[in-house]
Amino acid sequence: MKIIPITSPLEPGIIEKLKIGDQVSISGVIYTARDAAHKRLVQSLDEGEKLPFDLNGQLIYYMAPSPARPGQVIGSAGPTTSSRMDSYVPRLLAAGLKGMIGKGSRSQKVRDAIKEHKAVYFAAIGGAAALISKTIIKAEVIAYEDLGPEAIYRLEVESFPAIVANDIYGGDLYQEGKTKYRIGL
Amino acid sequence: MRPIREIRTSAITQTVSQLCQEANFSLGDDVLQALREAKKEEESPLGSQVIDQLLKNAELCQRERLPLCQDCGSAIVFLEMGQDVHISGGDLYEAVQEGVRQGYKQGYLRKSMVSQPFSARLNTKDNTPAIIHADIVPGNRLKITVMPKGGGSENVSRLFMLTPAQGRQGIIDAVVQAVDEAGSNPCPPIIVGVGIGGSAEKAMMMAKKCLLREVNETNPDPEVAGLEKELLRRINALGIGPQGFGGRITALAVHIETFPTHMTSLPVAISFQCNAARYKEAVL
Repeated sequence: MKIIPITSPLEPGIIEKLKIGDQVSISGVIYTARDAAHKRLVQSLDEGEKLPFDLNGQLIYYMAPSPARPGQVIGSAGPTTSSRMDSYVPRLLAAGLKGMIGKGSRSQKVRDAIKEHKAVYFAAIGGAAALISKTIIKAEVIAYEDLGPEAIYRLEVESFPAIVANDIYGGDLYQEGKTKYRIGL
Repeated sequence: MRPIREIRTSAITQTVSQLCQEANFSLGDDVLQALREAKKEEESPLGSQVIDQLLKNAELCQRERLPLCQDCGSAIVFLEMGQDVHISGGDLYEAVQEGVRQGYKQGYLRKSMVSQPFSARLNTKDNTPAIIHADIVPGNRLKITVMPKGGGSENVSRLFMLTPAQGRQGIIDAVVQAVDEAGSNPCPPIIVGVGIGGSAEKAMMMAKKCLLREVNETNPDPEVAGLEKELLRRINALGIGPQGFGGRITALAVHIETFPTHMTSLPVAISFQCNAARYKEAVL
């Protein structure tokens, strides 16, 4: 299967080319954030404060790694369930975020916001955490260190594997996949 | 009369620490075999590719002693303590907690437990407290099982208090609905544990405990085994597939335990195990 190389932050014009089921290989910089970090990011937006990183064109990866062993860049680093972040997503997309990487399906509101703001949702494989960690070449905590594994990390990745799960055309890989293989009993 | 056997808390701590690490680094052969078979059966090319990645991940983790999943779980610890065992050297439960503390530190495992669940949610920084379930059994041995349980699969657990009139069909509908609603979130291919009967908490406990059965080892009661088979067929007809991308293999197995229940009740509990179906046990 063809794999589309992508750089992050995303270049203009790339999102229009992505359709659900496309396999991509992401290289560049991505940021991690999960439940607690999202709460703080949205609070900062509400209060007009500067965010710990520039959202424009960026990808957020829903991930909290296991600790790195000595000599390792990062521990195991697979995606967490994305739907827990759904309520924060429209706000972040409106503020310039271009995409998310996680696992599992998204709410209708998120799918609508992805269409409206021309963004993308990538699925990574939950359970392939050690394999994924090998594509991370640099990792540093840049904010919310007190949150432990849930702090915001700046990651440099090389050929990080993912699949387009929601595109700007309203496509939903989860819905489409399930419909295709469902058997009426 | 059987002599009382002494077990030191230091041995318990050391064993729990090792089990926490081994469980997080390696999948059981039964799970690996079930994944290999699932890969052959999966008709969706993407689904089959997902299973292939899971197998490669398991190989890598075994070789380099890496956590299979970044979510190294809550430490759920089952103790089956022979009634002729005497614990010496301190508090049994504290010995288990210390084992979890040491295991998660030495194994570079992620610490996921937070205190004050509805307010501060502060990370306890050593993955304690473990959730301990102890049973007293005949004999003079102590069996310890550590099941690191990820949040994604735990969060879709369900309990249905059905009416007796709903019966077998009601159970099928409830389980299939629960799996359908869980969809991609528990990281399929999953193992589904179902507890039927008892009381609410007994049903939940059975659902969790039957995840400790070897994959595809059926319930010895043919009637229950028949229901396991039918549920697996119905679940795999949902089309959710590996990771929810669509496919034939949503579940690797359905395990059911039953218990007599009150004449007015039909409790049905459902526990989900993700594709990193991890647990390890030892007998002292």
